[in-house]
Amino acid sequence: MATADPEVVDITLRTLQVSGSATCVAVLIGVPVGTLLAHTRFFGRGLVVSLVNFGMGLPPVVVGLATWLCLTRHGPLGFLGLLYTPAAMVIAQAVIAAPIVAGFTIAAIQSVNPKLRLQLLALGVDRRQYLWLLLREARLGILAAVIAGFGGVVSEVGASIMVGGNVRGETRVLTTATVLEVSKGNFEMAAALSVILLFLSFGITACLTFLQQRGKQP
Amino acid sequence: MSGKTLALLMLLFLVAAGGCGGGGCKEQPKAPAAEPAVKDVILATTTSTVDTGLLDVLVPRFEEQTGYNVKTIAVGTGQALAMGERGEADVLLVHAPAAERKLVDAGIGVNYRLVMHNDFIIVGPPEDPAGIKGKPSVEAFRAIAGTKAVFVSRGDDSGTHKKELAVWKEAGITPAGNWYQESGQGMGATLLMASEKRAYTLTDRGTYLAQRANLRLAILSEGDRSLLNIYHVMQVNPEKFAKVNAEGARAFVEFMVAPETQGIIADFGRDRFGGPLFIPDAGKTMEDLD
Repeated sequence: MATADPEVVDITLRTLQVSGSATCVAVLIGVPVGTLLAHTRFFGRGLVVSLVNFGMGLPPVVVGLATWLCLTRHGPLGFLGLLYTPAAMVIAQAVIAAPIVAGFTIAAIQSVNPKLRLQLLALGVDRRQYLWLLLREARLGILAAVIAGFGGVVSEVGASIMVGGNVRGETRVLTTATVLEVSKGNFEMAAALSVILLFLSFGITACLTFLQQRGKQP
Repeated sequence: MSGKTLALLMLLFLVAAGGCGGGGCKEQPKAPAAEPAVKDVILATTTSTVDTGLLDVLVPRFEEQTGYNVKTIAVGTGQALAMGERGEADVLLVHAPAAERKLVDAGIGVNYRLVMHNDFIIVGPPEDPAGIKGKPSVEAFRAIAGTKAVFVSRGDDSGTHKKELAVWKEAGITPAGNWYQESGQGMGATLLMASEKRAYTLTDRGTYLAQRANLRLAILSEGDRSLLNIYHVMQVNPEKFAKVNAEGARAFVEFMVAPETQGIIADFGRDRFGGPLFIPDAGKTMEDLD
């Protein structure tokens, strides 16, 4: 029924674009940071790892407010003119997802057998090769990080509605559209949007899981 | 398992994000009459203009006629006015005349124009446990407080909330206690809550009519002069805030009071609700409405 509606298709694609881009940014930040933290020893590392773990549960609404304050016309980043654009939503969602990705990456890298690390070093691989092989070895956990990050942002509504403004045809995504349809009293539409969100979330997660489990014997 | 897993993954997301340069996607190509210098106009407004569907009808017409791109931010009137006060919005469509007056007097709101009105009504369970049916608003509020019947307040500094507080004040009551509950949400959500809780609430007629099919709430008190719900539009003064899109805001104000738009407002909702949700008032003054 609702799937034929061009506006719904538009909203669904935008959800995928915004949360997909945000997850990409979060991976680009979270994986290197997580690897670094898992792999190096320095003074205060425990505190930084605690902060990352704390960040995994960062309330989206707080992130939304902070992003909103930064991006308002008279805020520190107001000159960018990004408030109420999809880019603002990508920023807020990336801030939410990056610690999740980093936290999972730390766990993934640290669970790689330490003997393998020594073995790799003994084989005389250079630093780049070493990191690459390490990441390969931790790929299951890192894909879990991506799944968790995407799942966290695609289902999020507080930050998205605050920095995106739920502008029709521009920043309306599945979660914010659902909120609006409920306040309009269109429960069928709200339910249809929710079902689409569930399918979208499942579809992406299933793809990633397929990638993760491919060639793995149970 | 190839080592290209991560690369594949990235590709997947890039495909998902395809055609969306940095997230700043532009949908709906428009054919504007003349290309304005600054296209985006931020309209801060109340939830009722969006929840009723009125702006879904008006905004596309405005965009088509002028080439501007309206970003409608639907919040309570309190927040909409605050956005205006900080220069974060270009144009405001709001319904709390007393609070609006302060902005206009401070020189922040300019080109202040009356757009339309409807009225506030008190709705509640059809059984009417507090017996307010037919009473004027102040007496109805006294009866609700007297019987401690549940009342759901918006509690969000919106135009409706401000009006509700004014009625309590006139009734000489400071509402508090278990029977007085604040939803902190928009009118649509608050009506649903009142319906579920068999509670009373004050609502604008437009949102009530738009939602009526989902509600077990009856109109119990209406017709008070003091319960007029008056919508004004105003520009945020570009002399105070350089970043305001003055031309776009002016165009929107003119659009809202143009005869053609006023005609659309007069007809809006007739087909679905059997009667208009708003009565157009362009060119009138507040005194004309009393």
